[in-house]
Amino acid sequence: MTAPLALIAEDEPLLAQHLRGELARLWPELRFAESAGDGLTALRRALAQRPDILLLDIRMPGMSGLEVAQALAEDWPDGVNFPLLVFVTAYDQYALQAFERSAIDYVLKPLQPERLAQTCGRLRSALAQRSAAPNPNDALQAAVQQLRGLVDAPRPAAPTLQVLQASVGDVIHLVPIAEVLYFEAADKYVRVITAEREHLIRTSLRELQPQLDAQRFWQIHRGTIVRCDAIATATRDESGRYTLSLRGHPDRLAVSRLYAHLFRAM
Amino acid sequence: MNPSLTSPVLPEPRLRRSLRHGVTVSVFCTVIATMLWLIRGHRWDVDMVYSQSIGLTTWLLIDIGAALMTRGTEVPWPTGWRVPVLLAAGIVPGYVIGTVIGDAYRGGSNWDDWHGSPRAFASYLVTSVVAAVVITNYFISKGRAQHQAVQLAAAERDAAEAKLAMLQSQVEPHMLFNTLANLRVLIAMDPPRAQAMLDQLIAFLRATLEASRGGSHSLSAEFARIGDYLALMQIRMGARLEARLDLPAELAQMAVPPLLLQPLVENAIKHGLEPKVEGGRIDVSARREAGTLVLTVRDTGVGLDGPPADGARFGLHQVRERLATLHGGAARLSLDRAADDDGGCVAIIHLPITEAR
Repeated sequence: MTAPLALIAEDEPLLAQHLRGELARLWPELRFAESAGDGLTALRRALAQRPDILLLDIRMPGMSGLEVAQALAEDWPDGVNFPLLVFVTAYDQYALQAFERSAIDYVLKPLQPERLAQTCGRLRSALAQRSAAPNPNDALQAAVQQLRGLVDAPRPAAPTLQVLQASVGDVIHLVPIAEVLYFEAADKYVRVITAEREHLIRTSLRELQPQLDAQRFWQIHRGTIVRCDAIATATRDESGRYTLSLRGHPDRLAVSRLYAHLFRAM
Repeated sequence: MNPSLTSPVLPEPRLRRSLRHGVTVSVFCTVIATMLWLIRGHRWDVDMVYSQSIGLTTWLLIDIGAALMTRGTEVPWPTGWRVPVLLAAGIVPGYVIGTVIGDAYRGGSNWDDWHGSPRAFASYLVTSVVAAVVITNYFISKGRAQHQAVQLAAAERDAAEAKLAMLQSQVEPHMLFNTLANLRVLIAMDPPRAQAMLDQLIAFLRATLEASRGGSHSLSAEFARIGDYLALMQIRMGARLEARLDLPAELAQMAVPPLLLQPLVENAIKHGLEPKVEGGRIDVSARREAGTLVLTVRDTGVGLDGPPADGARFGLHQVRERLATLHGGAARLSLDRAADDDGGCVAIIHLPITEAR
């Protein structure tokens, strides 16, 4: 077995350096990828270098550690071992509760060497198990199960939106929420697709989501929320991924593996 | 200090207070009956029955009347013109009903005594009226004093909670633990820098306690503490945070509430610069405009797009509250998009000028 590779995602440089130093002391054969100082870099680097272990700070600029983990679970290639995740946080009681529920490992800042040693022990035995019975897709499924617990964590309720206001030049278009087929994240905007046309609204999907009726609007990917009664079919391909077709619209939508459990024949 | 753990002064339940009054009245009636018996030498039991039935009926009527008059209010006793009305409504029927009960026990009529011995009758009546007025007034003033004590305790509790909320918002757990995490690393790596960081943390924590006690300090002290806070944040954020402080020397002795600017600086970092991958700059400056001190906190962060975060709103609310408490409408806080190309947002406080004490 080659020496395991670890990637640290932490926006505070001193803490990243320290975490790396402590891990190297506790686990001398561990190799390190260059640490990432923000969420997006962490996601890209993890996809490119496919580390065995990923240590994620929760509060990071760009994307939070939780978002990185979820995006990674969506984009991770089949047949490759998913990194073992460890979250790092100074204080975040809601996240900690969610970790406890989903049995996800985490360490608190300031780092306690004993606690970190425990984590290293767990990581070592998990890696040993993996090399004894290599089944990358099981590992990925296990990670997906855990991360679903985080995605489904209760969110603060917001008043439900009835009408969207999308401006085009000097004109504001009022779009009844019932006419929306799906929403798609596009950088700092959200594309709103109706049967007739498409609008751009200046908000993020993350801010929009709590204002939507969750019974009616399903998240199927970190970048896509679809109105469930606009879905015509869900087709599974050989790798187990679903693609949706819509009523009265030619677009096809991909369902990420984090949300595949939404589609099951009755 | 946790105000929810200190035992609060709770108002006594109405029924319990009323029963306590009843017992007091009964004891008083016993004393009166005994005195009448000693003076006049009639039957002790008869005097006692008259005294108790008149006293307790009057007590019952007055307490029920008071409860009806003050239903739904916090003060359990009536005020102003209601007091004599209540007394009359209690004493007259109380005297009549109590006498009827006493008559029934004695097997004669006290009303007949009006003819037989007007003096004895009058002494009963006067005793009853005086006793009822004295006791009722005693209960009212005692009830008011208790009510005031309860209100005072509630006000003290509210003030303590406000102080605690301020302290907690300034020493946010995430900030504190992250700072300590960095400090722990520096102790091994760079002891002199760790010491400097610890000193800054101590100065900042001291100022937060100072701020929660009220009072004021000089603008130069304010800038020094904001400087400490920014230095702590710079250790955490590294090159992602650039900070500039600009305090003209002639404004250094102006008085300001301690850490007034801190929530604004914290918002600028937490909601402006921390979410921005490349980080940015924060400028804190003071200037004088006629009779006004203008304090500006500007960042080059992600700006005001999207709804403000709850935490940010709390910080702004807190600064506005403090300004309103200290200066009424004479001070104000505004938050806007920064006008130049660097982006981000700018928070401005306008304060009427006062010199430091």
